[in-house]
Amino acid sequence: MSEALNELGQHLELKRTDCVIAWDVTHGELNVDVAPSNIAGFVEFLKTDNTCKFSSLVDITAVDYPDRPKRFDVVYHFLSMYQNHRIRLRVSIREDEMVPSITDVHPSANWFEREVFDMFGILFSGHPDLRRILTDYGFRGYPLRKDFPTTGYTEVRYDEEKKRVVYEPVSLVQEYRQFDFMSPWEGAQYVLPGDEKQDAKA
Amino acid sequence: MDGSKFDDGSIDAVSGEQSIRNFNINFGPQHPAAHGVLRLVLELDGEIVERCDPHIGLLHRGTEKLMESRTYLQNLPYFDRLDYVAPMNQEHAWCLAIERLTGVEVPRRASLIRVLYSEIGRVLNHLLNVTTQAMDVGALTPPLWGFEEREKLMVFYERACGARLHAAYFRPGGVHQDLPGDLIDDIDQWADEFPRVLGDIDGLLTENRIFKQRNADIGVVTEEEILEWGFSGVMVRGSGLAWDLRRSQPYECYDEFDFQIPVGKNGDCYDRYLVRMEEMRQSLKIIKQAIEKLRAPEGQGDILARGKVTPPKRSEMKTSMEALIHHFKLYTEGFHVPEGEVYACVEAPKGEFGVYLVADGSNKPYRAKLRAPGFLHLQAMDHVATGHQLADVAAIIGTMDVVFGEIDR
Repeated sequence: MSEALNELGQHLELKRTDCVIAWDVTHGELNVDVAPSNIAGFVEFLKTDNTCKFSSLVDITAVDYPDRPKRFDVVYHFLSMYQNHRIRLRVSIREDEMVPSITDVHPSANWFEREVFDMFGILFSGHPDLRRILTDYGFRGYPLRKDFPTTGYTEVRYDEEKKRVVYEPVSLVQEYRQFDFMSPWEGAQYVLPGDEKQDAKA
Repeated sequence: MDGSKFDDGSIDAVSGEQSIRNFNINFGPQHPAAHGVLRLVLELDGEIVERCDPHIGLLHRGTEKLMESRTYLQNLPYFDRLDYVAPMNQEHAWCLAIERLTGVEVPRRASLIRVLYSEIGRVLNHLLNVTTQAMDVGALTPPLWGFEEREKLMVFYERACGARLHAAYFRPGGVHQDLPGDLIDDIDQWADEFPRVLGDIDGLLTENRIFKQRNADIGVVTEEEILEWGFSGVMVRGSGLAWDLRRSQPYECYDEFDFQIPVGKNGDCYDRYLVRMEEMRQSLKIIKQAIEKLRAPEGQGDILARGKVTPPKRSEMKTSMEALIHHFKLYTEGFHVPEGEVYACVEAPKGEFGVYLVADGSNKPYRAKLRAPGFLHLQAMDHVATGHQLADVAAIIGTMDVVFGEIDR
């Protein structure tokens, strides 16, 4: 399996040297890093080329790495039902960068790109209808960014006086439960209860 | 028709020949045929659908965000709540992803139990889908008959893991507990009796004139459309493509099972119904084989790959301090998954359900993306439903097999 993927990777590198930045096969999966400006053309090539035939789009998503200068990785998964293989494309972008939309090549990218926009705030140029998709009407912020709190900023309740649903800032009646069970001996990020007194004395 | 103003601001023009306005209606979010909380904004020309804009997200619970702050094991129950019609199939994808990254080998008995319960899940799902779709097009009896069988299968779920729906039974490295011996016998007995019930439902629907009129030639999907819109599962097989991940990219131990992949010819709602019915029969075949293999001597043994990702045996904990510490650490800190990214998918009853997992070496996933088949199927709603009548929309939603737990996540 991975031999065939290695061959495929070499084939891609030879045919489209301008698009492929790097490629590797790990865990039996082919990963290709692509430059953002070339993504649409490269996806088109993957779809039409006879050895690739990546005819269906499986998934588009993004991963947030706030510490990197190129903050987001946009990740595409493709599947070929004819050749029976899969590929993953990674596109690294800065926060202010736009990614060309691939809706012209794969109409199914429409909702996926809307979802990535909704969750990460990444803009896709050339998308026909870039609205929010999963979050509430009138939602603000991008929930899957690492700097967005899990609790969110607003909560809703039904107001008996106003006779409608109202939005209010989140107020937690008890502390939000952090499941941080990392061993304190192996580089925990927090200060152990009681340890804060030591600094105060010194 | 007197030049009066409508609430959307448009004015009805008065002309010699009456100008006709398209009519916008909201389908759902509380429509019984919307299968949950789907809201469709339909633009109608008479009774013909001109445009269909699905609004989703009404059941969005932020599962992917929640998963980032919980350990791998704590995340497992979230998968039951995605497609709540066939919960264990989703857990399977999550376990496969973790096992792929940690390199854990699942023992044979656990693997067989997983196949057995995945197929039970498939029957659960298809029973619900076939019968409720029949209800959407006007038949009331099938759901009553189908749900009786579903109830029996739920009891099998309960006897294996203690919960009827939210199982949390598949664990990374195997399954939670071994099956009691009489449970296997009871599943075997059920598998003998079920074809009769299936035959009853079959007799009620397959040649039913009304059912055929409502489904044949409705929502036809061609091979190009499948590729364009990224369909999977029954939506593909109904159109004649024999694509099944269990066969083409085998996972678990599906490669040693003997089963056929039913395909349709016309790609319409009726063919998809027929494919689902036949898939249930094939699932029964797999269930039968799995039971046989579970009873064979090779099918005996442990149900968890004992190691870092799985708890120690109860009896060991009574005598071994290390086992006790390991148990405590596993259920508080959780296990660590080595850095890397992996995409694991299973042939869920609705299509390809996948998990894209990015691990950073800690005890929590850095990012987990859940790829739900229904998301893509519903996306094509505008494309498939345009040009059909309003009444067909319900039939099409039915055979697309959408469940909002997995679409909205």
